[in-house]
Amino acid sequence: MSDHDHRDHNEPESGPALRVKAIESLLVEKGLVDPAALDAIVDHYENKVGPRIGARVVARAWIDPRFRRRLLADAVAAIAELGIPSGPEGEHLMVVENTPEVHNLIVCTLCSCYPWPVLGLPPTWYKSFAYRSRAVSDPRGVLREFGVELDPGVEIRVWDSSAELRYMVLPLRPAGTEKLSEGELAGLVTRDAMIGTAVVKYPPDTAARAAERD
Amino acid sequence: MNGIHDMGGMHGFGPIPREANEPVFHAGWERRMFAIALATFARRIFNVDEFRRAIEQIPPADYLRSSYYERWMRAFIALLQEKNIASAEEIESASRQALGGGAAGPLSAPRTTAATPPAAIGAARPRAHRRVPARFKPGDRVIARNLNSEHHTRLPRYARGRRGVIRRDWGVFILPDSHAHGGAIDLCHCYSVEFDSRELWGDEHPAGESVLLDLWEPYLESAAAKRGAASASGKRRTTKPAVGRRRLAKP
Repeated sequence: MSDHDHRDHNEPESGPALRVKAIESLLVEKGLVDPAALDAIVDHYENKVGPRIGARVVARAWIDPRFRRRLLADAVAAIAELGIPSGPEGEHLMVVENTPEVHNLIVCTLCSCYPWPVLGLPPTWYKSFAYRSRAVSDPRGVLREFGVELDPGVEIRVWDSSAELRYMVLPLRPAGTEKLSEGELAGLVTRDAMIGTAVVKYPPDTAARAAERD
Repeated sequence: MNGIHDMGGMHGFGPIPREANEPVFHAGWERRMFAIALATFARRIFNVDEFRRAIEQIPPADYLRSSYYERWMRAFIALLQEKNIASAEEIESASRQALGGGAAGPLSAPRTTAATPPAAIGAARPRAHRRVPARFKPGDRVIARNLNSEHHTRLPRYARGRRGVIRRDWGVFILPDSHAHGGAIDLCHCYSVEFDSRELWGDEHPAGESVLLDLWEPYLESAAAKRGAASASGKRRTTKPAVGRRRLAKP
């Protein structure tokens, strides 16, 4: 984080940086935004939410079948049980479950809708034109690009977030993890696995995790 | 609007760019732009559908050249002018001031306590607890209408004219099409509709794939009604979608 602060202060004022500064000044002057509230919003999305929250939800669903059922039936109520608040882009959360027969993939072709309260803000690739354009028409090709080769018999369901529903994937629990604790299980769950562009591995694939660490 | 933002099924954008150890924001101004937009949503100066519409109105070549938060910025500036919050001249003058290092605004402004928890700030849009009759139920076969409005819509081109099946009724939500243009509140059911990928992409497409879209009732017509009408008169029967309407007071 401090790396970025440092870089920001030294980077020359680019067009957008100037414009945004101007917008903020104007809105503060007009009493429409409070800079302290902006600081708090930034802090929340930069430091308080992220995929670790979703990973907790997944681990709980893996070890507690009744919680899993509640999560699939009403995700907002189920995550509230874990003390995870809902919020913007999560008021209508839906968790879709991968099974040996069905693999789910989440996209928003029209913009970049994403379940903020459980995964934080989306990575750049999720917002990229390449992903938005191809996830619906070539999901197997997209998955291959992410290093995921599904059995041809596995059905793929792509959820295009065109309305107020926000989706998160409940990935398959990998074999051999029966003795792991809930915390250890959560540590295996990657952000991409909860979008559907990865599967959870055990032992974890360290190269893939390094590539998506946030 | 048949805009560049409606990208589902397009080719030519190349490999998906992935970044190792990606930060949440890539520049200080992205942080501020994100937060300003959320705080402004909370003030209800404009709604999220208007914001999406303003992003879609960015000319296609500029849309493609801009980064994600640059598109937010362009849309935001357009809306400030549209809503008479700030004129183009005011924004220009504030930019010149910012360039001159006159940190008149954000940096020197008095810091006050944020009253609202940040997790609660944003474009909250709850499901409407209002009784509106539902035209469809799970299992119904539907066709996404071939709508080509110049206005905002959340019915992607790739689904128009395609046959699908209602999987769930999500309840009553605000129709974005009218909400994005002046804030009209048209309430109607929104459904999870499953389309077989071969229906969307042709018979050559591999089997065993489907796409699920969340679609508002006015985007859909009954496949059965359409077939019946076509065989009876050769013309499509138009049925009025069930919509409950009330107008928002101007902010």
